[in-house]
Amino acid sequence: MSGYTPELKELIKRVEATRPQRVERARRGEHFPPLSMEQRMEWLKRYHPDYKEEGRKEVRVGPNKGDVLPEEIVNVLESRSRIEPERIDLGRADLETDILIIGGGGAGTAAALMADNMGRKVILATKLRHGDSNTIMAEGGIQAATQEGDSPYYHYLDVMGGGHFTNKPELVAALVNDAPLIIDWLEDMGVMFNKYPDGRLMTRHGGGTCRRRMHSAGDMTGAEIMRVLRDEARNRENIKVMEFSPAVELLLDRKGRCRGAILFNLETKEYYTVKARAVILATGGFGRLHIQGFPTTNHYGATADGLVLAYRAGVRTCFLEATQYHPTGAVYPEQNVGLLITEKVRGLGAQLLNVDGEEFCFPLEPRDVESACIIRECLEVGKGIMTPTGRIGVWLDSPMIDLLHGEGTVKKELPAKYIQFKRYGIDISKEPMLVYPTLHYQNGGIEINEFGETSLPGLYAAGEVTGGVHGKNRLMGNSLLDVLVFGRRTGMKASEYVGRVKDEGELTLEHVERFHEELKAAGINEAPVAPILLPDYTPDHVRARQFR
Amino acid sequence: MKEEIKQLSVGDKTIPPEGAKMIPIYIMGREYLVPETLTILKAVEYAGYQYVRGCGCRGGICGACGVYYRIMGDYRLRSGLACQTVIQPNMVLAQLPFFPVNRPGYNMEDFRDDPHGALRALYPEVFKCVGCGTCTRVCPMDIDVMDYIALIKRGNLKKAAEKSFDCVMCGLCASRCPAQISQFTAAMLVRRINGRYLTPKAQHLKKRKEEVESGKYEVMLKELMAMPVEALKKLYMEREREPDLAPPGWMPQDTSHL
Ligand SMILES: Cc1cc2nc3c(=O)[nH]c(=O)nc-3n(C[C@H](O)[C@H](O)[C@H](O)COP(=O)(O)OP(=O)(O)OC[C@H]3O[C@@H](n4cnc5c(N)ncnc54)[C@H](O)[C@@H]3O)c2cc1C
Ligand code: SF4
Ligand code: SF4
Ligand code: FES
Repeated sequence: MSGYTPELKELIKRVEATRPQRVERARRGEHFPPLSMEQRMEWLKRYHPDYKEEGRKEVRVGPNKGDVLPEEIVNVLESRSRIEPERIDLGRADLETDILIIGGGGAGTAAALMADNMGRKVILATKLRHGDSNTIMAEGGIQAATQEGDSPYYHYLDVMGGGHFTNKPELVAALVNDAPLIIDWLEDMGVMFNKYPDGRLMTRHGGGTCRRRMHSAGDMTGAEIMRVLRDEARNRENIKVMEFSPAVELLLDRKGRCRGAILFNLETKEYYTVKARAVILATGGFGRLHIQGFPTTNHYGATADGLVLAYRAGVRTCFLEATQYHPTGAVYPEQNVGLLITEKVRGLGAQLLNVDGEEFCFPLEPRDVESACIIRECLEVGKGIMTPTGRIGVWLDSPMIDLLHGEGTVKKELPAKYIQFKRYGIDISKEPMLVYPTLHYQNGGIEINEFGETSLPGLYAAGEVTGGVHGKNRLMGNSLLDVLVFGRRTGMKASEYVGRVKDEGELTLEHVERFHEELKAAGINEAPVAPILLPDYTPDHVRARQFR
Repeated sequence: MKEEIKQLSVGDKTIPPEGAKMIPIYIMGREYLVPETLTILKAVEYAGYQYVRGCGCRGGICGACGVYYRIMGDYRLRSGLACQTVIQPNMVLAQLPFFPVNRPGYNMEDFRDDPHGALRALYPEVFKCVGCGTCTRVCPMDIDVMDYIALIKRGNLKKAAEKSFDCVMCGLCASRCPAQISQFTAAMLVRRINGRYLTPKAQHLKKRKEEVESGKYEVMLKELMAMPVEALKKLYMEREREPDLAPPGWMPQDTSHL
């Protein structure tokens, strides 16, 4: 493998030229001055995608009418259905079940297991394979106050502080109180957490924690948790999993309760009606909407489908204006695009540099400020580096790490990243990486209460599709926790509800028709079709020949 | 510079720069010209396919994108993950988005007393491995699959669990096994047995669980929930931070809210 192109190698020489002096200064403890509070606000306002006026617009229809949100989100909220309601025969259901769960990631699977425990029949419909999700991608860990010197009290404070005190208190209380129960549940199912020989759980700090509370399973915590949950679900006869069957619309009954969904078989292109007594939405995040063209760390199916479904049925969303960008996503080589480069790299002393090998910011600003600095350097100052595939980025000077901490530190402290670049001929202990902010997490989503109930009776929601738990900003390690806590809570709550609710009242798609009329009334005639289900990366020259 | 910025690739769509070198690859036998340096996954998309199967995380961890390929003129059959493997000229490829495997159902309780015996009863075929090493050669995660199978046979389940930990369950090993073994489904069970029975339980967790269930923290949390934001901010600023290198079992000065 070739590593950097000759052109990029030429540019790296500039980085190498300034490195000895930069390392010298770093040894003396000198660093690029952090921004003042005023500058921070200004940089954020001018360059952070969340603060910029452009790229946002007002929502014209539905429960969040009047809110100003990123264009890509507004476009899917103000969208038309994939189906023509009048062509669907709601008189007979193709499938019936107690609880329909939409989305087979961590939240959906946790909900399914709890519902099964409570004796309910479950259909788990998911878009890709069971487990193809953001959950499987989480590397860092999961928070829970399991140690003696910690408690849910301190966890609560950390979560609130991280979210700038905008979080919904009752959701945070549920999150931190259930957290130790979640770890216990996972341990019991056989998750291989990192432990000391006597069984004590190993824990680390994460950004914004006052106690070491981050539990992990190697550097693939999410994958380990997801595969164990999925394996357990396969052992349960009452959980029927339907893969490649995304939900495209919710079904209501004449009493205004949520009673099922329409599923779409991605392969045969058939639509199925599923009748249920309760529905749990667990469709995850929206990274693949590529807000403002940003690459993303998210999986292929993260296209905001659940938001669209619930919105059409009249359910409000909150905090969707706050998107989490990770400041350092890889932009080179192409196969690593979007790959997360952890904060640890900067924590170990690697600096961010422009095309001339100059520092332009303090490397440990808060995530959002750091992102703004990088965007400014590339788009405003014009000193970014262009990759052969047309991406732009700045250098992250990882070779400084070995110079500062001794030969071999990179390999020891960042084994996974070292291998991921080595595979493509780049030795990050000798050559810098190219990075740019990447779209990472959907802070906001569907409004829920502490049981995962939405404003629509019979509709529950859990996980990244919901908003409020993390307020405007999530701390690392709290979303794996979030999906399991609220996945379990919705599974239990929906199971109770199913015991009470009678199977009566015809099914209807009138909410969809009403939404279409609302679009028309607002003068929105060219509305796109959503949920979009799968992102489309077909290049333009191919698209031009497809005539569709 | 401003002009060039328009070139910024949108999301994952590949926009090759002017003059990018194009190379031929053969997707299931049909030739396409694609820009070099792409991964197989992105090259296939560049050719005009929209994935339904065979694509999940796009980051090398979900195992949806197993792929077999040969380079024309070379007899060797190679394998990898499509999202992690860079294309080469004259690569002839087919993805393996699904492969039928054996995964019998079970109850974790069955493995409490005699895990090795119970495993043998559930997966007898695993004990018929002929030691050909094909699985180890095809594994895109560089796992010594044959070795973890041997460890399972010998009853060293702990070692087998650790050795198979990086498995992304792509199924490539199972697709080539002459003994018809589904190696990775057996390994999944072995890891769960290890996590549940072969590793000591966390005692501090048991205790904390009881405390939570007794409702101890609900009282404290109610107090915080009722607090005005300013008071909460004050508590937040005054938190005592556990030192990074404190020994396990560290205790803070203020133990009134533990
Ligand atoms: C790279 C990466 C690293 C991360 N690291 C961490 C970490 O270290 N710690 C942490 O706490 N969090 C981390 N997170 C965040 C965390 O992993 C996610 O927020 C969380 O797992 C989301 O879980 P979920 O169940 O809500 O959604 P997902 O796990 O994404 O599951 C949603 C499922 O729904 C399916 N789906 C989508 N649309 C439909 C539809 N229309 N019909 C049916 N099914 C549908 C999807 O295909 C998917 O399977 C990370 C995220 C990423 C991307
Ligand atoms: S062990 Fe088998 S299933 Fe697991 S990663 Fe290797 S080849 Fe894929
Ligand atoms: S491919 Fe099958 S028979 Fe050959 S070593 Fe692997 S498990 Fe054994
Ligand atoms: S798409 Fe998940 S491993 Fe390649």
